[in-house]
Amino acid sequence: MIGAGKIKQYANVLDKPLSRGRQEVSLSAFAFLFSELVQYNQTRVDNIAELERRLEDAGYAVGARVLELLCHREKGNRRETRLLGILSFVHSTVWKVLFGKVADSLEKGTEHEDEYMISEKELLVNRFISIPKDMGTFNCGAFVAGIVKVRMGYDLAVFHWLFVTSISSNWPKLNKLLFLEKGVLDGAGFPAVVTAHFVPVEGQHRPRTTILIKFAEEVLQREARLG
Amino acid sequence: MAAIYSLFIINKSGGLIFYKDYGSAGRMDTNDSLRLASLWHSMHAISQQLSPTTGCSGIELLQADTFDLHCFQSLTGTKIFVVCEPSTLHMEGLLKVIYELYTDYVLKNPFYEMEMPIRCELFDVNLSQAIQKDRVPLLGR
Repeated sequence: MIGAGKIKQYANVLDKPLSRGRQEVSLSAFAFLFSELVQYNQTRVDNIAELERRLEDAGYAVGARVLELLCHREKGNRRETRLLGILSFVHSTVWKVLFGKVADSLEKGTEHEDEYMISEKELLVNRFISIPKDMGTFNCGAFVAGIVKVRMGYDLAVFHWLFVTSISSNWPKLNKLLFLEKGVLDGAGFPAVVTAHFVPVEGQHRPRTTILIKFAEEVLQREARLG
Repeated sequence: MAAIYSLFIINKSGGLIFYKDYGSAGRMDTNDSLRLASLWHSMHAISQQLSPTTGCSGIELLQADTFDLHCFQSLTGTKIFVVCEPSTLHMEGLLKVIYELYTDYVLKNPFYEMEMPIRCELFDVNLSQAIQKDRVPLLGR
């Protein structure tokens, strides 16, 4: 018999190596799915703040999974403990995996010590969305804010089979971003309030989107103790 | 260089969902535009019945002395038609580009209700860019 490769059968699903998954997904498919997500939530809320919270919660779930996935894939199961470390992790690694590019900029807030901002010329999730005038300052980027928040939360032990069920392994790049932001911070041990804002830029028709991260008091105290 | 007078988009039931005029030659008030849209919808449907050959999908081009009317119908029944100067070239291509913009910035917008008038800022912005990119000068502006 000519040596035909035999696929190794794993008795225990936990022993199976993690696949890299498909790296790309159709933008249109995601846009329609996200649009449906927003519409679904819109029929179940009474006001805009509630809608933002729901989008944020949706992002939270994705963020938790992405944190696990990326800690294993990209960082060799190491966990960030320093503030700047986790911020640059979100800014580059998470954004790269979710959106295919690093975020446009990471800035420290000038008025308050505990504020940081990640800006993006145009969030991928907002690309096809025109907010009607009567919705005021609502931003679908709340989804992304939710993703970041989880990132800053507490690290959990990694179970490989979680990946199989996680959204991130099925929808690489696009879906992760939004939900992930809040989920990432919470999951990593840096509780924070994360929100998405439109910042008008002169000379540009569309406003820039800024994800504002406001860390909890304990994070700053811990950071000061670590020196 | 030929020019566009006006652009209409009508939904599958014949209601006008988008109307834009370019210059005074194409301008008409709201009621007239609504009437014209439903008139065109009916004519388009009737022409499908009148056709001596089977498989006719409706009027694609109407040529008159002072204007041409190019119409594009999508698979879902949404019709996009443009009234322009006689013998304007590349209108079919433009209609397809507008249809693509429609699918992108209108249909993927969660705040747009199907078959309702289009009120999407991104659609308007990209539409103007598409019209200008074709280097079709806007009459009277």
